[in-house]
Amino acid sequence: MNRHAQSAVMFLLGATLLHAGSTDLYLRYVKAGLRPLLLLSGAVLIAAALATLWYERRSASHANQDDHANQDDHANEVDHANLDDHADHNHREPRVSWLLVLPLLALVLVAPPALGSYSAMRSGTALQQAYGYDDLPATGPLRLGVADYAGRAVYDHGRELRGREIKITGFVALDGAGHPYLVRMALNCCAADAQPVKIALTGKIPPVLRPDAWLEATGTYTPERTKDPVNNGPIPYLKVTSARPVATPADPYDETWNN
Amino acid sequence: MAITEEAPPAAAEPTPPPKTDRRPPKGGGKDADEQARHLNSPLLLTMLLLLTLLLQGPIRGALASPVMQSWMTVFVAVTVQALPFLVLGVLLSAAIAVFVPASFFARALPKNPALAVPVAGVAGAVLPGCECASVPVAGALVRRGVTPAAALAFLLSAPAINPVVLTATAVAFPRNPEMVLGRLVAGLLVACAMGWLWLRLGRADWLRPPARASYEGRGRGAAFWGSVRHDVMYAGGFLVVGAMAAATLKAVVPQEWLRAAAGNPVVSVLALAVLAVLLSICSEADAFVAASLSQFSLTARLAFLTVGPMIDLKLFAMQAGTFGRGFALRFAPATFALAVLVAVLTGAVLL
Repeated sequence: MNRHAQSAVMFLLGATLLHAGSTDLYLRYVKAGLRPLLLLSGAVLIAAALATLWYERRSASHANQDDHANQDDHANEVDHANLDDHADHNHREPRVSWLLVLPLLALVLVAPPALGSYSAMRSGTALQQAYGYDDLPATGPLRLGVADYAGRAVYDHGRELRGREIKITGFVALDGAGHPYLVRMALNCCAADAQPVKIALTGKIPPVLRPDAWLEATGTYTPERTKDPVNNGPIPYLKVTSARPVATPADPYDETWNN
Repeated sequence: MAITEEAPPAAAEPTPPPKTDRRPPKGGGKDADEQARHLNSPLLLTMLLLLTLLLQGPIRGALASPVMQSWMTVFVAVTVQALPFLVLGVLLSAAIAVFVPASFFARALPKNPALAVPVAGVAGAVLPGCECASVPVAGALVRRGVTPAAALAFLLSAPAINPVVLTATAVAFPRNPEMVLGRLVAGLLVACAMGWLWLRLGRADWLRPPARASYEGRGRGAAFWGSVRHDVMYAGGFLVVGAMAAATLKAVVPQEWLRAAAGNPVVSVLALAVLAVLLSICSEADAFVAASLSQFSLTARLAFLTVGPMIDLKLFAMQAGTFGRGFALRFAPATFALAVLVAVLTGAVLL
C-alpha cells in the first residue's frame, strides 16, 4: 500500500469514526463515555491523512524541480539520487495494513446490531450484589432497569417490590427449552466485555415472542427463582401482567456500572 | 440498519487518483516492476471499495446469522474501542520520536540498566491508557536509545498499573480491596522480572525495530506526521488481527467449559490465564469481567488480571509487528509463565 492509498484509508477510517461518534451508532459497540475520544481520534486520523497528502505533494514537486535542474549536467548522478529518493518515497507498509479496510467496511456497509439474545444465552447472568438499595418512590408504577429489579429481587428479597406494579424494558431471549427471559447486556467498556443480566418471565406472556425483540413488560414481583444453566447464577422471576413491544433504546446496553 | 446512503460519497470523494508515478521509470527492469506494483494500491483500494459497495446485498445476507452478527459486533467493538487509545499512543510515540531529544532519556533513567528497569516499570503508572497505547510508545523508546530491558518493563507495567486501571479494579471488586494491591504488586513484579530477564538472556538481534525511513533532513512536521501515519497503519493492521481472534473466541467457544475448569484450583488458574490471553479484553475493562467470573477463586482471577494486560492475542500481534516475530515468539511465552507464577505467589501472600 503506498502513501496515497494509506492516506485514503486513514481518511475513511477517521470519517467513519466521526460518523459513528456523532450519531448513536457508536453506542452499539462501546460505552457512552468514549465519545469524546472517538471524535478526537477521528479528527486526528483525518489530519494525518491530509498531512500525508500535503507532504507527499511537496516532496514530489521538489523532486520534479531537482529533475529539471539536473537533467543536462549530471545524468548519471541523478539516476542514483532518484533511486535512493525513490526507495524512501515509495517505502511501503506491510500488507497487514490492508486489514484496516475490514472494520471500515463492517461499520459503513453492515453496521452490525448491538449484542442480542445469541450472546446473552451463551453467557451466564452477571448479576452482582450492590452496596445497598436506595428507597423507591412510595406510590405509582415503578420503572426499573433489568439489573436493578434482579438485584433487588435476589439480594434484597423483594423488600420494596411486593405488591407494586413494575415496568421493565429489555430484549427477549429464549433458552433451549423455549422459556422466555427479559435481558439487558451490561457493559463496562466495549461489547467484548458485555455480560447479560436476566429475568425469567412467567404469568401472562405474549403468545409469540421473537428473540431480540425489545419489550416493555409490566408485572409484579414473585419470590420464585431459578438458576442460570451456564454459571449457576441466580435469576429472579417477574410475573407479567402485560407486555408491549418498544423501539430499541438509543443506548442498548446497561451502563449503570460505569457510574 | 446500515447507512448505505452515506457510503458512496464517502468512498468516492477522498480516494486519490492513481498519480504516484510522476517520473518516468529509470534504472533496471526490477525498479519498473516495483513501480508498477506501487502504482496499483490506490487503484486496488478504489476497486475494492466499489466492489463491496456493489455486492453489499449478498454480503449482508451471508452475515445475517446470529453467530456472524455477534462476531461482527465484537470485532467492530474491539476495533472501535481500541482505535482511540492506539491513536493516543501513536501521537505520544511520534512526539517522543521527533520532539524529545535522545539525551533526555539518558539523563532521566539511571545509567545502570538493572536500575533503569524498575524506574521504567514505575514510570508505566503515568500512561493512562490500555495496552494498545503502550506498544507504539515502547517501540519509540527503544528507537530513542532507551535500553530495551527498561522499555520492555514499561511496556508490561503501563497497561497493568496505571491509575485508570487500578480505579476500575477497585470499583469492580468493592468487597475485595486487596485485589487492587495484588494487581499493582503482581504487575510491577512481572514487569521488572521480565526486564531483568531480558538483561540476562536477551539478545539484541531478537529485537527488530521496524525498518523505516529516516527522519533526518526533513522538517519536524513531516517527521511527526510520517511517524503517525506509519504507526497507525502498522499497529492498526495488527490490532485488526487481534480483534478478529478475540471476536472468534467470544462468539464460538461455549462458557460451559469454564464451569468445568473452576472446580480444580490448578486448572482454574491456568484456565483463566489462557482465557485472558484469548479474550484480549482492554485492561481498563478486564476487572469487571474478572468480577463476574465468580465461580473462580480470587487467586485465579488475579492471574486473569495479571496476564491480560501483559500478553494477549491482540498484544502478541502488535508486538510481533513492532519488535519482530522472533522477539514476540520468545517474549510472549516467558511473560505468560512468569505472570502466572507471580500471580499465584502474590495471591498466596495477599489474598
